[in-house]
Amino acid sequence: MSEIVERPVVTAATADVEMASVHPDAEVVVRRRQPKAWRGAVLFVLGLAIALVAVLAIRDNGWIQLLVVLVGFGVWYAGASELGRARFGPGFDLLGWLCTAWLVVLVLAAIFAPLLPLGESEDLTKSILEPANATPDLLSDHPLGTNNFGLDMLARVVYGARASLVVSIGAVLIGMVIGGAIGVLAGYYRRAIDAVVGVGTNSLLAVPPLILLIALATVLEPTLYNIALALSLLALPSMIRMARANTLTFTQREFVLAAKSMGASSGRVMLREIVPNVVLPLASYAMVMVSVLIVAEASLSFLGLGVQAPSPSWGNMIAEGEGEAFKQHPHIVLVPGAVLFLTVFSFNLLGEKARKRFDPRAAKL
Amino acid sequence: MTVRSVLKRLGELVIVLLVVSFGTFMLVSLMPGDPAVSILGEGHSQAEYAAVRADLGLNDPVFERYLHWLGDALSGDLGTSIVPPYVDVADRIMAALPVSVELAVLGMTMALAISVPLAMISAYRAGGRLDRMISAGTFGILSVPSFLAGLLIIMVFANQLGWFPRAEWSRLSEGIGQNLYHAFLPALTIALAETAMFTRILRNDLIGTLNEDYILAAKAKGMGTMHILFSDALRPSSFSLVTLMGISLGRLIGSTIIVEYLFALPGMGSLIIGAADNGDFVMVQGAVLVIAVIYVVVNALIDISYGYLDPRIRRAHV
Repeated sequence: MSEIVERPVVTAATADVEMASVHPDAEVVVRRRQPKAWRGAVLFVLGLAIALVAVLAIRDNGWIQLLVVLVGFGVWYAGASELGRARFGPGFDLLGWLCTAWLVVLVLAAIFAPLLPLGESEDLTKSILEPANATPDLLSDHPLGTNNFGLDMLARVVYGARASLVVSIGAVLIGMVIGGAIGVLAGYYRRAIDAVVGVGTNSLLAVPPLILLIALATVLEPTLYNIALALSLLALPSMIRMARANTLTFTQREFVLAAKSMGASSGRVMLREIVPNVVLPLASYAMVMVSVLIVAEASLSFLGLGVQAPSPSWGNMIAEGEGEAFKQHPHIVLVPGAVLFLTVFSFNLLGEKARKRFDPRAAKL
Repeated sequence: MTVRSVLKRLGELVIVLLVVSFGTFMLVSLMPGDPAVSILGEGHSQAEYAAVRADLGLNDPVFERYLHWLGDALSGDLGTSIVPPYVDVADRIMAALPVSVELAVLGMTMALAISVPLAMISAYRAGGRLDRMISAGTFGILSVPSFLAGLLIIMVFANQLGWFPRAEWSRLSEGIGQNLYHAFLPALTIALAETAMFTRILRNDLIGTLNEDYILAAKAKGMGTMHILFSDALRPSSFSLVTLMGISLGRLIGSTIIVEYLFALPGMGSLIIGAADNGDFVMVQGAVLVIAVIYVVVNALIDISYGYLDPRIRRAHV
């Protein structure tokens, strides 16, 4: 058994906590008041009303408007959550649904970006007549404001989402397919293959993730394709370890023994018996990994080593607002920052949920 | 942990370091185009390029070049930077390293100082209002990338309140007060994510420990809450924290680098990012090698010490 106890992976943000913990998922009783549908409905409407008033009436002061909108959202959230619990039972998880909704909207917007009625996102010659550094105002032509060159922030955020999502999801998929295959092979055949793979993963893990990215960025051209490849190297070792650990557990199960005794070849056992079982935990881990890679890509672009301006990426948009611009026009940092935060948060939350559900180690076999 | 398993661990360590150093060395070969052209620039004669290539040793077989490079690196010669002002790489790294180490240690200390009490408050009334707020808060903080957190901290403390300076550094030799004053905001930025992580894991383990019978016995004996939390529950709950400190080292190095860039501090981060920007791969190679060695060695030390800290591990593994 001792081989199956793996040291937790280095990269994933939240997964570490649970994996490294001696007592995973401590049972905690949450005491809450009895949900009442009427109270929920009242708060729901009240919250919406506050937010609407803020958007329509308080247009001259951005900070106060933002504050009131946030208060309205808080009230709405409390109401909607109570309403949901009264209607669907205490297990109703509003935050989970909101995160799902955010990701769905984001992905759809990224896919259909060219069809949306957005402003100009990167061509400086077309934005000469637009106001520069316009403050966000949901009722104007530039709902999220414009940047220093008059480029529309909403359009840039959407096109930035394209870059971020394509790069990080692509990297996770590459890591998952290659890492999964290597991990299953290593876990199934053990011996020499396992030893070589072990040294390989340990060596990849021996360079801190951001350092690895910077080193690769020094020598590679910063194209989306190269960035995705570099990022997939971050996903690779943890995917290999995860696939290997799961393969080790599953090879000892009865159904594998049954398949072997019926004369199935090694290839068939791996493909038909082991891979389908390993894919679920890998996929749920991939969700958490996506958020890690989005942060990594954003950091790289922020440092000026990733996606190059004027092509938008959340990281280089935030970098634009660094220094003096940030003092006078905080929205240049806050808008992409908020989008980045919401996306990472959603991936983390949903990934965490998926992992709790599909990770066989947490499921107490 | 027996002597034998420590030796085995050391053997693995050496192999990993060799592989990493080889990878670092091969970095140059990923570069598109001729390194001689990127050093001299366009428009020189063929002979000049050939001279630079010979100077870099690019005409020798790969393995020979690697051994040569490794030998130099082991004797403390990491080469000379390929862009002006052509400084000695090892010297620059020796000057930059203390700044980064200080920041990382300060950040880690700060994170521990905040997270231990926070986790205790959280675990003591697990499921209560305060606990839920702390849990949600730490989960939220984990989703804030360090460069964003750093910018927000700069916005509040340096720009709006004006309590702390930005982009200034004072060396330890110029007085510890000044030094800590300048290091406070960067260290706080580094500490933020670590605090969230530590709080979450310590809370989790504390809840498990607080359910044990001996805690009940201590309560029945009439021990005070503080005594139970600090003397009885903290030590058995802190083992995962030690493991986690090893795991978070990679992220810690990453955030230190970003923070140095943000606050323009003269550490390893500014060094490596500046070099990457200029395409100075010799400098990047040296920095990556030094960081990887530190990272691997510290991780191995934590791994080995873990067996000494927790008797349960010793029995389970050996």
